[in-house]
This record gives sequence, C-alpha cells and structure tokens, in this order.
Amino acid sequence: MADTTANGPVLAADGTPLKQSLARSLRRQKMRALMLIAPLLVFVLLSFIFPIASMLFRSVENGIVQDTLPETVAALQQWDEQSGELPDEEVYAAFIRDMIIAVDNKEHTRLGSRLNYEETGMSSMFRRSGRAIGRLDPVEDAPFKEALIDIHDGWGEVGTWQTIKTHAVPLTNGYFLNAVDMQRTVDGAQAQPESKQILITLFGRTLQMSLIITGACILLGYPIAWLLANLRMRTANLLMILVLLPFWTSLLVRTSAWKVMLQQQGVINDTLVWLGLVDDAARLVIINNQIGTIIAMTHILLPFMILPMYSVMQTIPPSYTRAAKSLGATNWTAFWRVYFPQSVPGIGAGSILVFILAIGYYITPEIVGGTKGVFISNRIAYHISSSLNWGLAAALGTILLAAVLILYWAYDRIVGIDNVKLGG
Amino acid sequence: MTTPISRKPLSMVVPTVAVAGAFLGLFVGTANGSGLMGVVIGAALMGALAFALTTLWGNESASRWSVVALLGALGFLLGSIPGLILGLLAGWFFGWFIFWLFEGRYRGHLQPYLTSGQVFWHYAFRVICGAIFVFLITPILVVIPLSFNAQDFFTFTPEMLRFDPAGYSLKHYEDFFTNNEWQRSFQNSLIIAPIATLISVSLGTLAAIGLSQSHVPGKRAIMAMLISPMIVPLIISATGMFFFYSQIGNFLEGTVGMSKNLVGYIKVILAHAVLGVPFVIITVTATLVGFDRSLTRAAANMGADPVTTFFKVQMPLILPGVISGGLFAFITSFDEVVVVLFVGSASQKTLPWQMFTGLREQISPTILAVATILVVISIALLTTIELLRRRSERLRGMSPA
Amino acid sequence: MKLTTLLMSATAMTVAGSAIAEEMTIVSWGGAYSNSQLKAYHEPYSEKTGVTIINDDSSAEAVAKLRAMNEAGNVTWDVVDVVAADAIRLCDEGLALEIDADTQLAAAPDGTPASEDFGDLIVSDCFIPQIVYSTTFGYRTDMVPDGVEPPSEICSVFDLETYPGKRALEKRPINNMEWALLCDGVAKEDVYDVLETEEGQDQALAKLDTIKGDVIWWSAGADTPQLLADGEIFMGSTYNGRLFSVIEEQNQPVAIMWDAQVFDLDGWIIPTGLSPEREARALDYIMFATDTQRLADQAKYISYGPARLSSAPLVGTHAELGIEMAPHMPTDPANAANTFLYNYEFWADYRDDIDAKFQAWLAQ
Repeated sequence: MADTTANGPVLAADGTPLKQSLARSLRRQKMRALMLIAPLLVFVLLSFIFPIASMLFRSVENGIVQDTLPETVAALQQWDEQSGELPDEEVYAAFIRDMIIAVDNKEHTRLGSRLNYEETGMSSMFRRSGRAIGRLDPVEDAPFKEALIDIHDGWGEVGTWQTIKTHAVPLTNGYFLNAVDMQRTVDGAQAQPESKQILITLFGRTLQMSLIITGACILLGYPIAWLLANLRMRTANLLMILVLLPFWTSLLVRTSAWKVMLQQQGVINDTLVWLGLVDDAARLVIINNQIGTIIAMTHILLPFMILPMYSVMQTIPPSYTRAAKSLGATNWTAFWRVYFPQSVPGIGAGSILVFILAIGYYITPEIVGGTKGVFISNRIAYHISSSLNWGLAAALGTILLAAVLILYWAYDRIVGIDNVKLGG
Repeated sequence: MTTPISRKPLSMVVPTVAVAGAFLGLFVGTANGSGLMGVVIGAALMGALAFALTTLWGNESASRWSVVALLGALGFLLGSIPGLILGLLAGWFFGWFIFWLFEGRYRGHLQPYLTSGQVFWHYAFRVICGAIFVFLITPILVVIPLSFNAQDFFTFTPEMLRFDPAGYSLKHYEDFFTNNEWQRSFQNSLIIAPIATLISVSLGTLAAIGLSQSHVPGKRAIMAMLISPMIVPLIISATGMFFFYSQIGNFLEGTVGMSKNLVGYIKVILAHAVLGVPFVIITVTATLVGFDRSLTRAAANMGADPVTTFFKVQMPLILPGVISGGLFAFITSFDEVVVVLFVGSASQKTLPWQMFTGLREQISPTILAVATILVVISIALLTTIELLRRRSERLRGMSPA
Repeated sequence: MKLTTLLMSATAMTVAGSAIAEEMTIVSWGGAYSNSQLKAYHEPYSEKTGVTIINDDSSAEAVAKLRAMNEAGNVTWDVVDVVAADAIRLCDEGLALEIDADTQLAAAPDGTPASEDFGDLIVSDCFIPQIVYSTTFGYRTDMVPDGVEPPSEICSVFDLETYPGKRALEKRPINNMEWALLCDGVAKEDVYDVLETEEGQDQALAKLDTIKGDVIWWSAGADTPQLLADGEIFMGSTYNGRLFSVIEEQNQPVAIMWDAQVFDLDGWIIPTGLSPEREARALDYIMFATDTQRLADQAKYISYGPARLSSAPLVGTHAELGIEMAPHMPTDPANAANTFLYNYEFWADYRDDIDAKFQAWLAQ
C-alpha cells in the first residue's frame, strides 16, 4: 500500500487509476438510482406537481380587475384613496366605457362575484348596474357621475372605489391574508373583524386533532403489530384478516357505522343503558364533537399504522431480543433498548401516513364532527365547490401543504426519514 | 414447545375466578339495580363454584356443562332470551376458565422459565390486543345485521331487536344485484382499482429501490415530490388534476382517436395511480431500511445479473412492504370518491361514487349490503390464500412456521 | 397486462358500437329525484327522438366542475340540474347560457307564454325552473310531550321548554338566520333589512345560541330523515320530499310542520361553450321537458310542486302508492299559509360574509 502511493496513483485491476475508477462507479451508481426513480418522477411531475402548482398559483393570481376594467384602473391611479372624496368624472367615464365592453362579454358579474369576497354587496351592485349601463352610450350620455350614482347609490360611496383600487393588482396577497384571518384593505393588511375569525382556529384544531389521532393510532397499533409479527404465521395471518376487514370496508360505510354506534340512541349508549351503567336520561354525548371525530378517525386510520409497523417488525430478527435477554437484560430493557429502536422506522412510516391523511380528511369530520370536530379541509372544500372562491381555497391549501412539508422536514431532521438512530 | 403442566393451588384459582366473577357481577348488578350487590354476589358465587367444582367434583366435562346450565338459567331469569344467550356464553367461559387455571393449562405453550409476573403480562397483553381487535371489528359487525333491515334506514328497529323475521329482509341485496347503477359502478371499481394499483406498485417499488441507494442527488426533494399526492388536500388535487386530464383527454380523443369511454378510464386510472404512489414509496422505503445490502452484493458476486438479483434476492425480502403498499394503493383507488367525481364522468362511476350519492340523496342500506358482500368476499379470498399457503408449505415438506 | 389490454379493447368495442346513436349527458342529483326525472322526462324524450340520455349524478359538484370544464374548454355536460342559487352563481360567472323564456320554452296549453306561466320563479336569466320544493320541519309525533299540542308554528323550534329534545338544522346560515329573527320578534317583511346589518346578524346568532347545545347540524339532505327515524332528534329541518318519503313510504311516526317553510327552486341550466348542434339538442330537450304536462308528470313520482301555474291542476296520484299528491305539495294552499321565498339576491351578496360569521359562531 505504502509502496504504490509513493510511486504514483493507486491503480485498479484494469489499470485505470483507482480514484477515477471509483468516481466512475459512483457516477454509474447515481445514474442507476436516477434511472430507477425517473419514470415515476416524470409521471408524478407531469400529472400531479404541475397541475397542482398551477392550481395553487391561483392563491396570488388576481388579473380579473385589471383585465375587466383596464381604463378605470389606470384612471384610479390619479385618485387619492385616502382623501375621503369620490373620484372625479374621468374615472366614472372610464368605468362606463369598461363596463359597456364587459357587459357585452358578460364579464361584469364575474368581477362582481370576485369583489364580493372582499366587500359584501358588490355582486348585486354589478349585476343590477350591468343592465342599466349596457343601455348607455359612452359619448352621448355623458356626464356619468350623477347617472351612475342614480343607477345604484353604491357608486356614490368612497368605499366601493377603494375596494376596486385595492384589489386592482395583478398579483395579490389578499387571499393569503384572508387565509390567516386578515384582509387586504386600503390601509394595508388588517385583522378581520373578530366575528369572522375562524381559519386560524381551524388550522390549530386540525393540527392538534391530527396529532391526537396519530398518537392514538400508535398506542393502539403498536401492540397489534407486535403481536402479529411475533405470533406463529398461521395465527398471525388469521388475525391479519381482522385488521384488513375494516380496511376493505368503504370509508363512507365505516363512518356511517360509527354514527350508528356513537349516537345517543346508538348501539353503545343503548348497551350501556341496558346494562344500567348509564342512566337513560343521561346518555353519553360521544358524537358530533371532537371525541366522535377522534374515535372514528382513529378507527379508519389504524390499519395505516399497523401495516407499516408490521412489515418493519417482521424484518427484526427475534434473536436480537433473545441475545439481549441472555446477556442479562430485563424484559423491559430488551424491548426498549433493542427491539423498540429497530421498530422506529415502522412507527415513523405509520405516523407520517396517519398524520398526513388525518390532516386532509374532510368527509368523516363532516359526518361525525359536529361543530367542534371540523377540519380546515372542510373549509377548503366549501370554497372550491360552493363559494367558488378558488383563490382562498388555494391559499388555504398552500398553507396546509407548507405546514406538512415543514413538519416532514423537521421529522426528517430529528428522526431521519430512512435512517434511524434512536437509543443506540 | 410444551411445558409440563401441573395443577395449581386453590389459593390462586379461587381468588382469580372470584375477581372475574365480580367483574361479570358488576354488569349484571347495574342492569338489575345495584352494582355493589352484583360485585359481591358475582365474586362469592364464582369463587364458590370454582372451589366446589375443582375439589368436590372431579369430572371436568360434567362440571363445565353444569356451569353453562346454571348461568344460562340465571341469565334467563334476569333477562329472558338475550339474558339466556349471554348467560350461556358466560357459563361456557367460566367453565373453561376454572379448569384452564386449575389444571395449569395456561402455562402449556409458554417457556418453562417464565416468572408468574411474565405469565400474567403475557395474558394481559393478549387481553389488551383482544380489546383493540374488538374496537377494529365492531363497526363492521354492526353493519352486517343492518344490511338485512326491512326498513330503509340505518336503524336497529324494535322488530330486529326482538329477532322478529318481519324486521329482516333481503331487499337491499336484491337492489344491489338488480340495480344497473350498482352493478356498473361495482364493475368499474373492479377495472380501475387493480390497474391503478399495478401502475403505482411497479413504478413505486422501482423508485423506492432507487431512492434507497446511498448516493442519490436531491433525495429529500424527490421524496417530498413523490409523497406530495398524499399531502395536498384531495379536493385541491381533484380540481388541479381535472385541468391536466381534460387536456390529456382532448389529445387522446382528438389526435390519437381513442374512444371517449376508454379515455375516461385511462384518466381515472392514471389519477388514482398517482394517489397510490406515496403509500408504496413510504412502506417500501421503510422495509428497505432494514435491508442488508451485502445480500445484493453477494448475489452479484455469485454472478447474478441485477434483474435476477432483484427478483430472487431483494424482492422476496421486501415483499411484505410491497404488499402492504399495494394494499394501500388498491384501497386508495377502491375507496376514493373526491377525485373520481371530478376526473371521471358518468360512465366511469365507481362504487364509492355511487355510495356517496346514495348517502347524500337517500339513506339506503344498499350500501351496507354492498359492504357486507365485500366483507364476505374478502374473508373468502384471504382464507383461500391462507389455505393455499399452508398447502404449499405441506407439499414442500416444511413444518408450519 | 394481458387482462388490461383485453378489458380495454372490450370497453372500446362496446363504446364504438353505441357512439353512432346521438347521446346527451344530463346531470342531476341521483337517488329518488333522478328517478322521477328519468320516468317523467328522459324516457319519453328518448322515445320521441331516439336520443340516448346518460345520467350523471354530479349536481352537488356542478358549480365547481362546470367552472373547471369551462376553463379547460371541454364541457362534457349538456343539461345540468341545479338549485336556483347555484344557477345565479353560474350565470354570474358566465358559465350558463341565457334563455329567453318566451321563445325557447313551450307555452302553456291555453297559449299563455312561458314567462307568465312560470311568473316570478324565473329568478335568473339562465335558469329554467322545474320544481318548487321547500325546506321545512318534521317532528316525531311520539316524542311530543303528553298534554302538549303538537308543534304548529316555527317558534316551537326555539321553545326547548315546551318541546324538549334535539333539533337538526342545516349547517349553513341560510334559512336558519331568517327563522331565528322571525322568532326574535322581527316582522316577516323586515327580516332581510335587519339581516343586512351587523346588529341584525348578531341578533340572529344570539337567538340561535339559545338552542345551540341541542342542535345537530346536518349537511346532506338524507341526514334529518335518518335522525328522525332513529329518534335521535325531536324535530329537524329538511326538504319536504324527504319528509313525504319518511311518512308515506316508510311509515315512520313523523309529521310535517309547514309553518314558515322556505320555498326554493330547482331547475335546469345549459352550460355555455357547447357546440351549436349540442346546444340545439339541449334546448330542444329543455323545451320538451319543461312543458306543462311533463312538469305535472314528475309530481307522480316525488312530492315537489311543478314550477308552472298551468301544471298544478294536472297533478295526479302517486305512481306507486296511489295517493292524491296535491295535498302533499308545499304549494298546496293548506300548507302554504305562512311561507318564505328564498331571497336569492340577498344571499348572493351576503352568503360569503354571513357564512364566515356563521362558521366562526359554530366553532366557538
């Protein structure tokens, strides 16, 4: 060894320098790994990441005001929104010209809906005024200020024009502000009135409940996974059927089943009353609240905890624990210092699955959660499918995604996503 | 392994049985007025029974039958028919329990060197696991009788509780088998879910193996991207994917000239495959953590090419992870309702979609009938697989593991 | 893999066969409602024209999906059944076609033009009304306390002393806020003026607060019937057709309290962005399916009132139960002594705002 270094580079068997040869083999290894990943990565990138990214981009996109009212927006630049006075005739005339085109293209009501998210009443103002404005002539019917205020007195309020000017930016932070219970106003970002603050509470609750559910799944799943991994194959496979059965049963059915079980005239309460453990007049309230959500979701997500734990525990050789015991370890020490650390990847995989799935659920909380067991995803669904406020939905989704990615990153840092060094 | 068993002293048997008796007595007592009386009577009665049967009457099977008869009669007196059933069950349990303890059978299959504390923990642990299994399975058991409900509600009617045949009917099953909508959606689910699973498992396993190599540039970012379909709230994924797939759909229909229906299936299958990917990635990477890499090197050393190594060495070892990942992917597709509502159209209506409309528009226990049928099918499937496995073990002359 | 190709080619073949016939996709709610449309509209129309109708049960997601389809430039639906509030939103967003009632819809048999026959039920330029339904209360007759009259007026919902027991209300402000104000001393004609103000909204929420602990909030139309059947609630709001089915088809001990029922409309829209042939086909279908006889026919299968004045006298008996349907209609004079009509304009403006407040109040 020492000889060759003195005489020159170390050579591999084929005569190339070892360093070069190692580097090449490393490169080849990297290439091979990438080749294995590539098909899936391309598939996911194309069919998921890009579409979702463009969906989430709606959280800042806000071209609609400028596109629908280009002249008005330009004219409003001259107007001082803090002055407390109405804009002058020039703005009104520009607005009429813009609106006549918009009414022709039937775009004014869209703008009304958009601005109604920020200022209640805009929707009907645009819809009602649209008809009257459509009949005006941009030249002959001037001046417009009085005429427009006659059509709808909302046009005579400073607030209306402030709203239009505030939201006339092509990229807005408005949706994100809304998503954290604030709003974009003429005086900058401000808190929403207290009576409308809900989203931060929901974020907090979603995280908290998901953590509780994950914890409950670990507690209930670990013993089962251990039992399955340590029983004889025959018995384990039979018991595995019990784990898989709920899993094969539709989420909707299981949620309905929990409703049948938990409600006040439900199976659990009826049984308890029949046994006399609970008075008929004081039946337990275990549904339409957080308890109901936690019970039902723990049940639904438990297989997602058990299966990864089980597949990891199956790879842990029982001889390790036996060796530890024969070296004098107590049962507890053998478990905690030898077995448990090896099972952590299973707990990790299971927890990630359960936690992330829990955060995104909305059908189950909707059915069993009542008022206090509702998650942020319920609001996202509402804004996508009922209020059509996709910008806000995208902002909420982005925040949720960011929160999960941060937690994932932290988990990776602390535990290591694929390399576990806990307790030795 | 078998440990020689020996009879246990009454000082252990009688109190243990008495405690169990007190526990049973608590429930019977509260149902009939006084929990405390129940505890006392239960403990005394069971303790006395244990003493009497083990010392005074040696015949085990006669003793056990008499306990069954006695508790059955007691149950009938206190709670008529349901009481009788519960009484008979309790009698069977206590008869077995007394002799199981007395004869020391509980030690039969445990290592002989275990202390009594360890033996106690062994069984306590099993009782805990049993309770968790009960938690897992009860909602399913509740669904089964409800699917035979004669009414169109998810309610245990008084007729059902009285076991009156008029409270039961097969009409929801009839609805499932004769209703075209249910049949079609069931078929669609059976087409879409397996193909989607196949795609996500094959691509996912390859990628997981790639990811588990030691030198992968940008590993964390890639991992985050691959599991993102699980993180993004489904409703947002659904809307986002709609745009992508409607362009793909236009292309396939317009340029390639595929039929509308086929394109519909392709869209839903691909969308579901993406949703299944994270599950495969996470479970397979978790299994690969414990994978001993010297095994592949050893295989290569012995002249196996990478493909052979993969199928003969790596695959069998990570199979549990691949299977559970595949199971998750399958269920994701088989149970997915939000994305298919957006990406699919009426002719790709899947079972969950049909169930979702059913739940929203009319409470119809047909969905419970479907659930019951699926439960029966999966029990049959899983049992068959297990029986086949045992048979092949026997054929190969292996002793059951 | 072989199986896959086999399946795919099989499906491809079946479709190639059916693609020759003319097809249209009609979107509706599913369940009993779609069934009534199938019997009353789709089957006769297919028979008359030979067009195959594909039923898509997506009305609950119609607003979001239509918007996505429109943006993607690939509208696959031909006619969509939505509630009036959604129709207004779709019309505002430019996603629904404007219809001229007099030229594009059939006149009544006596020659009255459609715009008069439908009257003020045409709440949006894009909306062709089909049925009038109402949101009203059902209660368990066997849970009415002894010696107390069964509830007959709306404020008994808020009267926990006389009528103890849980209530079911929809998890949204619409209707609940109006009922709360009505029972808090606000005159019927002032309700929306009060509700426009912050104080009025607070007043309504404060009234709802008095029963909050006893309310189960529902979000799917099938929830209240189930809760009533379980005896889980004493009374709950739901659609009148659901109550009809609980009472007459399922024979549950339930009765309807019609006081202050809120009328709402359900009807058709035609999406924008269809090809000319498909649009013509959709218009032809609409012309057929909303004529006087067809609307009256639907009431044979479900207890919702036809939206045309001229259809009312033609309403007959239930197709299976054989009972007279007219007394079960929300529009029957005996039931319609005190009614509300959903205020579309008000809620189009205030829905987002009040909904946020309502949800914040719920979560407290």
